[in-house]
Amino acid sequence: MIDNGIPIDVAVIGAGPSGLAAAIALKQAGVGRVAVLEREPQAGGIPRHCNHPPYGLREFGRILKGPEYAARLVASARNAGVEIHVSITVTSIHGDGLLRLSTPEGVFEITPRRVIYATGVRETPRSARLISGARVQGVVNTGALQSMIYLKHRRPFRRPVIIGTELVAFSALMTCQSAGVRPIAMIEADAIATARWPSAIYPRMRGVELLTNTRLVEIEGDTVVQAVTVANTDGQTRRIECDGVILTGSFTPEVALARCGHLDVDPATGGPVVDQWGRCSDPAYFATGNVLRPVETAGRSWAEGRQTGAWVAQDLAGKLPSHDAKPLRILLGDARIKYAMPQVIYPSKGAGGMSEIQMRVRERVSGTLIARMQGRPVWQRRLNTRPERRIAVPIGEIISQAAADCVEFTIE
Amino acid sequence: MPNPQPKSSRQSKNMLSDDLFDVVVIGAGVVGCAVARRFVLEGAKVAIVEKASDILDGASKANSAILHTGFDAPQGSLELECIRQGFREYEDIRSELGLVQQKSGAFVVAWTPEQMDALAGIEAQAHENGIVDAHFVDAKSLKAAEPNLSANAMGAVNVPQESIIDPWSAPYVYLHQALENGAEVFLSCHITGGDFDGHVWDLWSGNGTLRSRAVINCAGLYGDILDRDVLGQAQFQIIPRKGQFVVFDKAACGLVSSVILPVPTEKTKGVVLFGTVFGNLVVGPTAEDQQSRTDATTDEVSLNALIAEGVDKLPALAQMPVTAVYAGLRPATERKEYRIEAAQDKNWITVGGIRSTGLSAALGIARHVFGLYEKFGAEHQPIAKPVTPQANVLAQTGARDWQRGGHGEIVCHCELVTRREIEAALVGPLAARSLGGLKRQTRAMMGRCQGFYCAAQVAELTDGKFAQAMSERFAHD
Ligand SMILES: Cc1cc2nc3c(=O)[nH]c(=O)nc-3n(C[C@H](O)[C@H](O)[C@H](O)COP(=O)(O)OP(=O)(O)OC[C@H]3O[C@@H](n4cnc5c(N)ncnc54)[C@H](O)[C@@H]3O)c2cc1C
Ligand SMILES: Cc1cc2nc3c(=O)[nH]c(=O)nc-3n(C[C@H](O)[C@H](O)[C@H](O)COP(=O)(O)OP(=O)(O)OC[C@H]3O[C@@H](n4cnc5c(N)ncnc54)[C@H](O)[C@@H]3O)c2cc1C
Repeated sequence: MIDNGIPIDVAVIGAGPSGLAAAIALKQAGVGRVAVLEREPQAGGIPRHCNHPPYGLREFGRILKGPEYAARLVASARNAGVEIHVSITVTSIHGDGLLRLSTPEGVFEITPRRVIYATGVRETPRSARLISGARVQGVVNTGALQSMIYLKHRRPFRRPVIIGTELVAFSALMTCQSAGVRPIAMIEADAIATARWPSAIYPRMRGVELLTNTRLVEIEGDTVVQAVTVANTDGQTRRIECDGVILTGSFTPEVALARCGHLDVDPATGGPVVDQWGRCSDPAYFATGNVLRPVETAGRSWAEGRQTGAWVAQDLAGKLPSHDAKPLRILLGDARIKYAMPQVIYPSKGAGGMSEIQMRVRERVSGTLIARMQGRPVWQRRLNTRPERRIAVPIGEIISQAAADCVEFTIE
Repeated sequence: MPNPQPKSSRQSKNMLSDDLFDVVVIGAGVVGCAVARRFVLEGAKVAIVEKASDILDGASKANSAILHTGFDAPQGSLELECIRQGFREYEDIRSELGLVQQKSGAFVVAWTPEQMDALAGIEAQAHENGIVDAHFVDAKSLKAAEPNLSANAMGAVNVPQESIIDPWSAPYVYLHQALENGAEVFLSCHITGGDFDGHVWDLWSGNGTLRSRAVINCAGLYGDILDRDVLGQAQFQIIPRKGQFVVFDKAACGLVSSVILPVPTEKTKGVVLFGTVFGNLVVGPTAEDQQSRTDATTDEVSLNALIAEGVDKLPALAQMPVTAVYAGLRPATERKEYRIEAAQDKNWITVGGIRSTGLSAALGIARHVFGLYEKFGAEHQPIAKPVTPQANVLAQTGARDWQRGGHGEIVCHCELVTRREIEAALVGPLAARSLGGLKRQTRAMMGRCQGFYCAAQVAELTDGKFAQAMSERFAHD
């Protein structure tokens, strides 16, 4: 039972790779009671329903399928002394770490000393993409498709089209093929696929048309999808008969608790505003893993979780710089920069924390990324990149120049 | 794929029921549900038929969910009378049926000097319509009440009683009350014709015939077609008017506390900003005349225009993610007013053209229609102590199921819908037989992720229940 009379030192919201890794690190640092709260009946997060490799190289030194990987993470957390509570939903978050919970037994509250927010990302649904047409059955995200196929052995359609070419689109393709679902086409608005495809993918693309420079403009159907209309950049349209649409990627942090609660949310990442230790606007809360920003692999989320766990342990021991000091704010002075995380930095040396500012761009960019303080360039680097490629700016080099309360990034 | 046979599907040419009903209500939209309830409470033997597999599948599937006071309804109109009566009765039965009503109040906001000039007339009309507490507020008071509105707001008429309600749970409980007090419902039952012998109607459907002394046409978007199919002619023509909406994330809900109405034009009440009892903020509807009675598609251009209008009036909306989009069809006719007419020699009443206020007026319309019906000469003994079922509690402020233990699990995380709620919606006379029906009864999959997390679980729980299944099983190779 979670409510056993012993105070909880750290509660982790979400039992995905990052949350479990953070919990393990906390136990390894000697923290007393660490409870992971997971709303699904099974711990493991997104990998639970990605029944394909490659997972686990970084963590376990071998290549695993998602569910095996999730099971290993859960086992190592239990071995480390982490409590994992499933079917518990955190329904709201409040000041001083107060969490309201719903369980099958009823509702109650806990007030751990620290909370780690590790709720991951999801894909943008059809509604938020404003796609025109009939609102019919058979339009799903990859996440829903994978849960249906791998967890429930059910398929929602036979001949869908796949929208997007981020890596997850290939997860979608593999998921389809494992269930006898044969996608007709993959549709990408850009001139080239977003992800660097693993070469092993090519044979799987046989029979699946790749349409670049093409946009989904309308979904047709009565109760289920009957066709889609796509348009290319020349304005030519084409109607494709199909019985489903898989909307892949376009990730967004699952940040409902922060948005409806008291934590500041960054419109650029869609995640909570954090400093270089992942500390949120309420210092009782830390965030880690993919809720920080869209999107990283499971392996990287896991690595972030480990670090965050260590920092929270330091914080409990009073070893993190105060949250009351004035931080350096990171400003985006160029619309082509999609986001930067962390959003604030404390210019204190030697206190650890993230070593890099993570950035992404919205479109293909080639130029120089420049950081300025009070108009003066303090750092710069050549940039030749595309959407969904990592850009890392060393925090140390920025901090060493800190002489103002904000640093602004532009691309020239 | 599984296709469960609803109760109504017996052999055609057969009788659907051996009973002779006093009244058959055709169409289970909000109006039909309210009419069926009223007639049952008055003591009539009632059947209600609906061509869809689930109720509320026509105009009543998508609206703004505002319980209007009638402050802006045409003076002296039947519509005004029905809205006023409907509002009163809703308040009377609210606690006994467990219905939600949030008296958020409304502001009719002027954004231009011309609109400012129109406010006095709006206030005067409200007073004449009996809404005596409607009053003008200046820009400063408006700002105090709605601090997030853009600074361009010049003034407003405040209508404190305008309310928001749950647009599905209310009609569901109207019909549940009818059923629990003796009515019968026939779903997936399309009335295509009929014959009146001077005393009794034979109503024909693909599934069989129903016999009844009187008939109430509550066919909404098909009211004219039904009159034509059965009576041979219709007094009006339905010209569907589409309204699209954008629903914003729950975090946006706190940005306004009242319903923000524009100064209306001849054709429409205009684009409204309003909270829902589920805790979202909505911008809409558009008003688009069209031929199709089924095309409730949304389009990117209109949705972007709605978002732009929303942001214009409420700048903080720019940071808010979109949760859902939807569209509804108003059963408008070539005229503005309700088209409620009794064919005395045929014991037939047509309740047509309930265009844009049917949710508010339904209970009042039901009383008015019963009054017309009494003129046919029927006499009934009202039920002394009717059974009072309880409405689903889906409003954010209500005592939701997830707050009580024993719910099994939370299935839909965004809207906090439990397995117990979903299982309950899949049984009984109004069991969900479509995903749309399930959504209206539980809100499953209607939240910000739109099924990313729960669609698989919902697909499994609804296996074999829907006419159009969400998925099929397959064997892994
Ligand atoms: C469809 C999809 C496919 C992907 N495929 C791959 C892939 O093939 N390879 C790869 O490396 N990465 C993949 N990713 C990236 C994936 O996000 C990461 O693999 C990893 O799961 C991120 O870990 P996390 O711990 O940050 O979040 P998650 O794994 O998402 O875990 C978050 C957990 O928080 C729980 N939670 C959320 N809100 C609450 C709450 N209020 N109360 C309690 N619990 C809550 C969720 O149920 C979930 O279990 C994919 C992502 C998606 C969405
Ligand atoms: C965009 C929009 C916003 C609105 N906002 C509001 C608001 O805020 N407040 C308010 O009070 N009102 C509002 N309304 C109006 C309200 O929704 C309608 O007035 C109301 O839903 C009309 O209900 P109805 O029962 O007459 O029609 P319907 O809901 O269309 O019901 C008719 C039913 O009859 C069935 N049927 C038809 N033909 C047959 C047949 N031959 N045999 C069997 N069954 C048949 C149909 O399937 C349907 O279910 C709005 C409407 C729209 C579209």
